[in-house]
Amino acid sequence: MHHSVAERPAPSAAPARLRRLPPEAGIALVLIALALAFELLGWIFVHQSFLANAQRLVVMILQVSVIGVIAVGVTQVIITGGIDLSSGSVVALTAMVAASLAQSSEAVSAVYPALTDLPVVIPVAAGLAVGAAAGLVNGSLIAATGIPPFIATLGVMASARGLARWYTRGQPVSMLTDPYAAIGSGAVPVAIFLATALVFHVALRYTRYGKFTYAIGANREAARVAGIRVGRHLIVVYSIAGLLSGLAGVLTSARAVSGQAGMRLMYELDAIAAAVIGGASLSGGVGRMTGTVIGTLILGVVTSGFTFLRIDAYYQEIVKGAIIVAAVVADQYRRRRRLTAT
Amino acid sequence: MGAAADPVGPELLEVSGVSKSFSGVAALEDVTLRLRHGTVHALLGENGAGKSTLMRIVAGVCTPDAGELRLEGRALRLGSPGQALAAGIAMIHQELNLLPAMSVAENIWIRREPLNALGLVRHRELRRRTRALLERLGVDLDPQAELGTLPLAARQMVEIARALSYDSRVLIMDEPTSALGERDAERLFAVIRDLRARGVGIFYVTHRIDELFALADEISVLRDGRHVGTSCPRDLTRRDIIHMMVGRELSSPPAATPVQAAPVALSAHGLSLEGWFCDVSFELHAGEVLGVAGLVGSGRSKLAETLFGIARPTAGEIRIGGAAVRIDSPPAAISRGIGFVTEDRRETGCLPGLSVLENLEISALARDFVRLGFVHAGAARRACAGMASALRIKAPDLRERIETLSGGNQQKVLLGRWLLLNPQILLLDEPTRGVDVGAKAEIHQLIARLVSAGTAVLMISSEMPEILALSHRVMVMHEGRVAGILDRDLATPARIMDLAAR
Repeated sequence: MHHSVAERPAPSAAPARLRRLPPEAGIALVLIALALAFELLGWIFVHQSFLANAQRLVVMILQVSVIGVIAVGVTQVIITGGIDLSSGSVVALTAMVAASLAQSSEAVSAVYPALTDLPVVIPVAAGLAVGAAAGLVNGSLIAATGIPPFIATLGVMASARGLARWYTRGQPVSMLTDPYAAIGSGAVPVAIFLATALVFHVALRYTRYGKFTYAIGANREAARVAGIRVGRHLIVVYSIAGLLSGLAGVLTSARAVSGQAGMRLMYELDAIAAAVIGGASLSGGVGRMTGTVIGTLILGVVTSGFTFLRIDAYYQEIVKGAIIVAAVVADQYRRRRRLTAT
Repeated sequence: MGAAADPVGPELLEVSGVSKSFSGVAALEDVTLRLRHGTVHALLGENGAGKSTLMRIVAGVCTPDAGELRLEGRALRLGSPGQALAAGIAMIHQELNLLPAMSVAENIWIRREPLNALGLVRHRELRRRTRALLERLGVDLDPQAELGTLPLAARQMVEIARALSYDSRVLIMDEPTSALGERDAERLFAVIRDLRARGVGIFYVTHRIDELFALADEISVLRDGRHVGTSCPRDLTRRDIIHMMVGRELSSPPAATPVQAAPVALSAHGLSLEGWFCDVSFELHAGEVLGVAGLVGSGRSKLAETLFGIARPTAGEIRIGGAAVRIDSPPAAISRGIGFVTEDRRETGCLPGLSVLENLEISALARDFVRLGFVHAGAARRACAGMASALRIKAPDLRERIETLSGGNQQKVLLGRWLLLNPQILLLDEPTRGVDVGAKAEIHQLIARLVSAGTAVLMISSEMPEILALSHRVMVMHEGRVAGILDRDLATPARIMDLAAR
């Protein structure tokens, strides 16, 4: 048992006010520091400004938008105390399915020769549906069998990648219609990323869905006793994550104007990294959409900054790995301090 | 040497003046006991009397705040269970501490496996030693059997074999028969008598008074962390032992008012949950506290979980307001007006990391304060603030995380969580466990207020004073069965203990 708080003097106002700072303040500072560091290094080594280049910033956000859309779903899964390893594979599978229904009549050997030049809503709906179905499988496996999310989604990760290859026997799907390709061009993916982040930010903070998601992550058994239908809720959360992977698959295939089974290999890890860098705790109950957006932007700044400084891609990955580990260490440190504080 | 022989063996272990407290609450106060060579020394007491704490000190699991241990006259300083084992003191734990995926032999000799020159385990030697040890115990077990596949009784024997493999001179058994059937218990007794004949001293903690007369050479009773007395079993009757355990009759008269012929809110008819409890029937009236007494492990908590839909009964029927109902999930129970405060705040109550407000509102959100999925934050906050002040929850701010509150205030939050739903029936499992005295009194007053407003309360408690102060009737459970339901004027500590510890 710990000390009773009632016996201690009330905490003074100053630390209380400090604690009221949003949890994203620290991570936002990291983002700003990184951007300024690249700015400084830019002037020193390549004699250019990193930030004063609108096009670079747009490309940077564009590059991470797909990761961001996945991360919006993964964040919710992580808040429940789970994990989704299947997102990269589901993105590939949904990209294939959506692309196969988005081919133009000029395609030489279309997957469905009878189904070309379809209105854009059909491939989009198909991509979303396949993604949601994959998420439904994840959620149902976890809810019905009680196996750890790590294992359930690992299985779906392998199977979805296999399905993506099997779907066209490994052939890429190309020659997509212009309206479909438009979804992936310009700032559209950025807008979609920010819109999904906003929608689920609101959902997590202001709806019953959000309250239950946090409660399950904080203490699954207590949530069950409190009357939450935990299994059912998890199925919904994983289905939403799958749906967002499907959306990412549509964006990916639209932007590449093709679908390939090898697409977005290991993207699940980038999405998890974005969520964790943004403050989501792998032990559940903690995480916010604003943090995930900032975490996604940090990944973008690092990628774009290294390219800008003309540093090899190898170093990029090494540094990305270090950032992910640092974020988790910081999370554990925060949690340990919180435990000793009570 | 028989059970009736005088315990005249020389002193093996002496516990003198031992005290221990946990965060200010005394668990043991100035306890002095002697264990003699070649005797079985039984240790009795109510739940929380300090038996387990004392045994954990002897086994080196925790260190006393004051007092000392002497083994054969020499002072003993134990910093860890390993040191106790080295000194020849082994404890067989209440919860089995074995590795289910490993073999019997590996479990017994773990960290002491015979090794060859390359540092690899000599499996044949390991098996040989194990076989010899099990033979000595008269147990027929395959040393290579995977432990997890064995029945509970066999696992218990492995635990005992492991303790003996240290050539222990002092053996501590904490309720070893609680998981055993009668035949296995008999076998265990034979092993114990054999060990005694070889000069081993055995501390034997139990709730089963009857088995003491067959086994013990000496009996010591603890009550509220103090040593009440030590005697020879043949000088004692069952009644004497119970009297020693329960102590003085409680002076404070029960405060609750008797219930009039109120309608039955909830009733159980032949309710059973295989492996936990069997054929439980009772009626709970509106405006009544039905206290549920019984020893830990008597099936009380599982009964509450079953009434709340966490476990599904294997037989029998639950009725609410006279009609049979199917309660197969917590939401089903909640929709029928049932609330449930579990016995373990940390495991199944609090939502750590979330605020006091979020902890309060969570159950109500299934029904109230929500429109089209969106939470009406203002209304929820007002209701929670009202509840917090009605229950006098001492929190500087409802936005503080729940774990910053004291145990008593956390418990009030969990009660408040259900009260926001205005339940007709409240199931309370150890409602004041780990709660300070002030909060305890407040929770008791709250229960009394709820009951006088017509709520039906089923209250499980291991604390006799709590049961006696609040209950209109007391249902006593013993090994998964209802041992009796006592009206308030018949419910004395001695009667209750008599039924609970048959």
